Amino acid sequence: MTTLRGIDYAVMLLYFGFVLGIGAMLRRYVRTSEDFFLSGRSIPAWVTGLAFLSANLGAQEVIGMGASGAKYGIATSHFYWIGAIPAMVFVGLFMMPFYYGSRARSVPEYLKLRFDEKTRGLNAISFATMTVFSSGISLYAMGKLLNLLLGWNFDLSIVVAAGIVLAYVFLGGLTSAIYNEVLQFFLIVFGFAPLVFLGLRDVGGWPGLVGRLAGVASTNGFAPGAYTHSWAFMGDAAANPVGVEWFGLVMGLGFVLSFGYWCTDFLVVQRAMAANSMTAARRTPLIAAVPKMLFPFLVIVPGMLALVVSSASSVRQPRPAAVTASPTSPTSLTSAPASGLVPPKRDPRTGEPLVDARGRVVLDYDLATPMMLVHFFPAGLLGLGLTALLASFMSGMAGNVTAFNTVWTYDLYQGYVRRGAPDAHYLAMGRLATVFGVAMSVAAAYVAASFNNIMDFLQLVFAFVNAPLFATFALGMFWKRATGHGAFTGLLAGTLAAALHHGLSLPAGAAMGVKGGFFGVVTTYPSELAQTFWTAIAAWLTCFGVTIAVSLATRPRPPEQLRGLVYGLTAKPTDDVGRWYDRPTTLALLVLAGAVVLNVIFF
Amino acid sequence: MGLDLRIPVGTLFALIGALLAAYGGATLGEPGTAPTGVPINLVWGLALVAFGTAMLALARRARRAAQDKATPDAEHRPRVP
Repeated sequence: MTTLRGIDYAVMLLYFGFVLGIGAMLRRYVRTSEDFFLSGRSIPAWVTGLAFLSANLGAQEVIGMGASGAKYGIATSHFYWIGAIPAMVFVGLFMMPFYYGSRARSVPEYLKLRFDEKTRGLNAISFATMTVFSSGISLYAMGKLLNLLLGWNFDLSIVVAAGIVLAYVFLGGLTSAIYNEVLQFFLIVFGFAPLVFLGLRDVGGWPGLVGRLAGVASTNGFAPGAYTHSWAFMGDAAANPVGVEWFGLVMGLGFVLSFGYWCTDFLVVQRAMAANSMTAARRTPLIAAVPKMLFPFLVIVPGMLALVVSSASSVRQPRPAAVTASPTSPTSLTSAPASGLVPPKRDPRTGEPLVDARGRVVLDYDLATPMMLVHFFPAGLLGLGLTALLASFMSGMAGNVTAFNTVWTYDLYQGYVRRGAPDAHYLAMGRLATVFGVAMSVAAAYVAASFNNIMDFLQLVFAFVNAPLFATFALGMFWKRATGHGAFTGLLAGTLAAALHHGLSLPAGAAMGVKGGFFGVVTTYPSELAQTFWTAIAAWLTCFGVTIAVSLATRPRPPEQLRGLVYGLTAKPTDDVGRWYDRPTTLALLVLAGAVVLNVIFF
Repeated sequence: MGLDLRIPVGTLFALIGALLAAYGGATLGEPGTAPTGVPINLVWGLALVAFGTAMLALARRARRAAQDKATPDAEHRPRVP
């Protein structure tokens, strides 16, 4: 456990003061529900672009990608260079004209305009539930980490963090969330950049890291370069630490999951919908793609370093944490057997290190990045690093809360409970939904703390619901013959296909249950990621096929009702605005070229 | 929206940077303040001050440009006979 000094608290308090101050300053600009939910569509592209990225930059990203960096090495960059950039380019160039141009106020509302009420209802209900639980899981992870790392009270941590997010979203609505997300973006960049610098300096630069990870790879039975090459060992799932072969990776992650998230998730799309023009909305994901491309160096490399840094180079002598009686913090950071700085995972009841079927110690990869912060940062900079970590938790939560209050108010409340009320009524409902969403997130955090398996199960259900979504949107936007009955049936069939595939398959070494195999094991995959990717592929293909089949058997809507909603029936947006580098197409080409270069460098 | 985001971003980072640089300067040479031999609080604090100042300068330039646009130079105004 690490003790903070006054300077660390000063940095944190300064940040919290600014976050709340921004919310308070923006309050006077919120007069209508469109101001509250869509920022009055008045935000410049560079701000919405950074917020688009930051809303995704929650705890799962910063902690999770560091953990994956320690577990899989540089191959984790596939979640960026294949698993994000192409989809971000696609949504900017091809899908944003329909989202922004249709004047829909949310993604579910686009589904209503394009298809019908039942398709919107299905998407709105599943999305609203998902945002509340995602936010709760994020809060739980934050409370647990702060308790483990700093000994902070679990209850107080989550109540204070949730209270701050509630205050600034309640006051300034989406604009406040977006402005704070930009602040959080810079904080994360400036909080983590010195960590990478100090870590690389400690191990002798990139060549030193490559050399040390070659030893780790050999110990784990892989070729020496398996942790530092992203593509070279993807020919065979058994030859790389990810346990996936290139086809499953490109189709499952690069196409289905990536396009499904970046192109249809209202959490990120909402940021682009707040932009001040069609061009700004199209540039939003493209601007976000530039830092996104470079983020592996900021969030994955610390995880890779954690695996090989020697604990002797610490700026402070770590003291063992007190094991408390709280059910949320039964573990401690006591000494080895660790790998580098990554401590072992411990049995929650006995506190003993867990071992796998082969008798090897299981590492707690989620602590890779936090341990790096504590290891390298002296008092002062540690305050900045921890504030960056808190900012990532809060930006992820605020993204979920703003998406929830909009979908709840516009798609569920206005759609099914009370239509035709004055605008002030929906503005008040939005604020109320913010309070309700935050309260539900806190409740979900306690559900996660008490019944971890329930949260795993819920996340699994959400994965089933999300996997087929891109097929529905792609057909809706680019095939005028797609019908509401086709979309609804396709979504349900895709979700069922995902559940069926998961229930009939199991990752190697896993026990039947949440991990799969609950209908009987027909096939096994080398890793959980491989199973996830193939579940997504099965869901997407089923949704795609069923939507087409049912659409062909049902009556389509007349073309005049689909103008502005479907490609071919909508005027193409002009691209000849501003300077050459401001144009969406130019920006898209530059971003794609950058992603190709990075893939080649780390091949 | 009426608030230029560069102002709070610039101010926050200039303040955090100043705080870190001052603390780093005051604790220079103390054990545990220079991992891998770099006085990181001082160095990074100054970098943050530079970033914050640059953001504030950009905001100031944008505000001046907006003012110039709103009130054109008197020489170019049409003379009232």
